[in-house]
Amino acid sequence: MSILIENISKHFGQFQALSPLSLNINEGEMIGLLGPSGSGKTTLLRIIAGLEGADTGRIQFGDRDVTNLHVRDRRVGFVFQNYALFRHMTVADNVAFGLEVLPRKERPSATEIKKRVMHLLDMVQLAHLANRFPSQLSGGQKQRIALARALATQPEVLLLDEPFGALDAKVRKELRRWLRGLHDELGFTSVFVTHDQEEALELSDRVVVMSNGHIEQIDQPGALYASPNSRFVFDFLGNVNVFEGRFEEGKWHNGIANIERPNTAEPKDGQLYIRSHEFFVSPSPTDTASLPLRIIAINPIGAEVRLELTPIDWNSNEVWEIDLPHKAFDKNCFEKGQTVYVTPKAGYFFAADAEKPILLNWEH
Amino acid sequence: MSGNKHKMRVGDSPWVRRTLIGLTLFLTFILLVVPLFSIFQQAFMKGAEHYFTSLVEADTLHAIGLTLVVAALTVPINLVFGVMLAWAVTRFEFPGRKILMTLLDIPFAMSPVVAGLLYLLLYGNNGWIGSWLYDQDIQLMFAWPGIVMVTVFVTCPFVARELIPLMQQQGREDEEAAVILGASGWQLFRRVTLPNIKWALIYGVILTNARAVGEFGAVSVVSGNIRGETNTLPLHVQLQYEDYQAAAAFASASLLAMIALITLLFKAFVEWRQERSLKIESDKEKQVTQ
Repeated sequence: MSILIENISKHFGQFQALSPLSLNINEGEMIGLLGPSGSGKTTLLRIIAGLEGADTGRIQFGDRDVTNLHVRDRRVGFVFQNYALFRHMTVADNVAFGLEVLPRKERPSATEIKKRVMHLLDMVQLAHLANRFPSQLSGGQKQRIALARALATQPEVLLLDEPFGALDAKVRKELRRWLRGLHDELGFTSVFVTHDQEEALELSDRVVVMSNGHIEQIDQPGALYASPNSRFVFDFLGNVNVFEGRFEEGKWHNGIANIERPNTAEPKDGQLYIRSHEFFVSPSPTDTASLPLRIIAINPIGAEVRLELTPIDWNSNEVWEIDLPHKAFDKNCFEKGQTVYVTPKAGYFFAADAEKPILLNWEH
Repeated sequence: MSGNKHKMRVGDSPWVRRTLIGLTLFLTFILLVVPLFSIFQQAFMKGAEHYFTSLVEADTLHAIGLTLVVAALTVPINLVFGVMLAWAVTRFEFPGRKILMTLLDIPFAMSPVVAGLLYLLLYGNNGWIGSWLYDQDIQLMFAWPGIVMVTVFVTCPFVARELIPLMQQQGREDEEAAVILGASGWQLFRRVTLPNIKWALIYGVILTNARAVGEFGAVSVVSGNIRGETNTLPLHVQLQYEDYQAAAAFASASLLAMIALITLLFKAFVEWRQERSLKIESDKEKQVTQ
């Protein structure tokens, strides 16, 4: 079922949790709401569910206006961050709950309920745990039971609040893939909340990036990564180094460091955003740039080696991170404490007065 | 476990330990155990036969009956009130919520005699509401309804006080999950909230009951001490004692003492059940992770 969100806003006391925002979600789509804590993503999810009322605006499921419909009658599936399994009920009773509280004339017979519960437990591959209590399950198992319980009433909308937040990295990855498979198979519309950019990019059809109660950008994961449209999205997607530059004589300067301006960029002061893998590292400056940095840590991570560096005689608010392929790293034998020069290959330029960035490429 | 062998902390001299434990045991003995035993000893002072005849005396039987009726009315009233209040302050945000939680402690903070006096001033025949009720031919004070009213007042915090911290800690997520799954208000309460708070609720009821049976101060102000009519068991004990029927007074008192002992047993059982259910959960959790 499609979801239409129009001009929804919400405040708690003095705090504006959501500024009026609108969002269209297509039938069968999987949407990730991505943002830091306090960005309003959970509030938006709870408003869609009906757990929270909006101050203004309208919500529509398909053709049905649900703005003033009680949670109970919205018939959405909801998975809580801490699962909220009923601790005094067995796994099977938890999953059956949504069916057992149906009004008598809609309620399936006891044997039918039992059959459907076992089917759901099979689907989440936990049929052997039917008679256990929630406290006897691991985090990943609880998560899958919470999902089975939410799906028992066959909702057309599934909402998930930080669904993998409390799990360890390996289980998280596994469950992510499994949820995506289930979504594609059953065809419900899903909205999930996360603060993990990797999760949002991997799982969603479209990612909605939020900050301070409004939507920063809505895009497919590929497009979002290729062209973040604001400083916030850049910062939030992470793995990016910022060079604050003053423009003078064809170059951006900061202390003793400088970077040459490609012809595509405006000749103005501004910030250069350069992702951690878009660099060369060399023992001396190049024609393009002279950015002296000191290596303070070397961490081999998977296919790459991550260098952490601090500027020498120029300023940056954060430690720089640069990812190098093992080959490039091995060739140069960098050591901790060593001074190196880095040269950008590609990046984005925000002129001081601009909202949107320009894509830059340096030719080498 | 190896930890048990080293319960003594570094720096604790054995002397301090022995003195403290010895003193505590001694005080417990003379302050709690001796008086309790002496009640029974005094009660049987004139022999078992006298003990039982004094208990089946008409006025005593009436006092026992009235006390049970008062408790039987007070407990359900405060059960409902306590659950409602705990629900309201833990599930909703509203102005005055903090004040309400503070007000709840008034019966604990105020002397019961003062509470009895307030009710007497308000509902007595010359009182503010009482004079109007008198015109309608309704008498609350110096009659059993008044006794129930002050007992309800004195015992009203017990259930709510047990529930509020628990419900705050459990949060509202379980209930939200149930509503989203389509549960009605009653289904939500019976199938999700009630099982979650069950043991705390029983604990609160036990405390309420114990206090309702034993309340003296507030009840003595509003009861009027009419023998065979408005005398509860604690008041009856005092009356008998003032009549120089010491053995009979202690016989009645021994009933109250027995109710107290049964309450303690019951309380210990509930605590044990609560602990056990927690322990089983954590044990099973260990098994799963191993």
